[in-house]
Amino acid sequence: MNTYTPIFPENSIEFRGVSFRVGSPPAREIVSDVSLTVSHGETLVLLGRSGGGKTTLLKLMNGMLLPAKGQVLVQRRATIDWDRIRLRRSMGYVIQDAGLFPHFSVAENVALVPTLENWPSSRISARVEEMLKLVGLDPNEFAKRLPRELSGGQRQRVGVARALAADPPILLMDEPFAALDPVTRSELQSEFRTLTARLGKTIVFVTHDVREALFLASRVVLLEDGRVVASAPPNEFLRIDHPEVRAFAASFSFGSSAPR
Amino acid sequence: MSSWSFFVGHRGEILAATRAHLELVLIAMFLATLISVPLGMLIVHRPALRNLALGIANILQTIPSLALFGFLIPIPFIGGIGARTAIVALTLYAILPILRNTYVGLAGTDPAIIESAEAMGMTPSQILFRVRFPLALSVILAGIRTATIITIGVATIAAAIGAGGLGTFIFRGVALVSDALILAGAIPAALLALVADFLIGLLERHFRIS
Repeated sequence: MNTYTPIFPENSIEFRGVSFRVGSPPAREIVSDVSLTVSHGETLVLLGRSGGGKTTLLKLMNGMLLPAKGQVLVQRRATIDWDRIRLRRSMGYVIQDAGLFPHFSVAENVALVPTLENWPSSRISARVEEMLKLVGLDPNEFAKRLPRELSGGQRQRVGVARALAADPPILLMDEPFAALDPVTRSELQSEFRTLTARLGKTIVFVTHDVREALFLASRVVLLEDGRVVASAPPNEFLRIDHPEVRAFAASFSFGSSAPR
Repeated sequence: MSSWSFFVGHRGEILAATRAHLELVLIAMFLATLISVPLGMLIVHRPALRNLALGIANILQTIPSLALFGFLIPIPFIGGIGARTAIVALTLYAILPILRNTYVGLAGTDPAIIESAEAMGMTPSQILFRVRFPLALSVILAGIRTATIITIGVATIAAAIGAGGLGTFIFRGVALVSDALILAGAIPAALLALVADFLIGLLERHFRIS
């Protein structure tokens, strides 16, 4: 089975027959036999209900979890063979509520990975300024603030800036906009889409919101009980004949219009 | 003779005893912090060692203070009569509150913050020193505050084994049934405890991250 050889293998992620279990016997399988390729430069959205295994797939990508069966390859090397620290520093990571360090200023949060990588301080401060501007925050106003002095949307922007700071080729995002109010959420979604088009990163984005998935994805992968049940570009996704796709399609058409 | 005129008449002695008392407390607290904080960092990820360390510290805490002073007297090098023995006992006594708070503070870091630290590629020791420790600092200081107040009180008993300090007045006062003598020891000890509580409380609030 050699149907997929990514054109730019360097920034790709590949799952080969991956299973993952939790708990001592009887173990519960939360990812079952997943094979999946994330190609260079694509924005792959993992869609599914809560508990469907989306976050587990993300954590299998950066080596926070290791597969019980099968292999996860990042840049063609299995996560188990990677230096875990190196692997993670090559992947930006953004979670719900941003996971910012409350005792670090905005600038220190953004500077985290460059600091760990021992960049010279002049380069770090230039980079922090650049990143804050990139996510639409004025460095003069925000650099010295603490996370608790920011709104939810601003914190999430800082989270994105922090993830991008060391210029990782891959970006992992776990429901980054889920906790925001609808207006802020759709603003950030639009800006994020513009940003990703410009940066050309390989992005894996987890969400349970079908509208967000269709808006941001170059490809949507639907998970149900730890299995991939559908995979298609957004314009074809809703036409797939599968009960879980129909369930998500129903939730979509029931809501208001799609975001801009 | 009123207590007040006794204080005024003996202010030199009272001040000297207060200074000696403070010295006992400061040395014991310094040693206890030096032992407990690193030990607390060590046991965060080691459950077996954690149970052992917290268990021993718990047992030490249950020994009545006067008995602990007594037990130490016959022990070579650290024991005997005098301030050194008292410092050992006070240090042992102060370990538990600091150790427990260090552990609780370090282990209680928001899991989402630890998760993002790991995902950003921080090593376990970077997470310990740059994330867990600064976030736990106010809880650790709360342990140091509790331990300091306990130590100031328990140090009065150290006079029983000849360590000096404010307890000297209290023991003499009990023997002579003199309120003035007892108060000459008790009031400065209470004041020391209040001041320590206030000052360390200030530090604690300074490092609190809400």
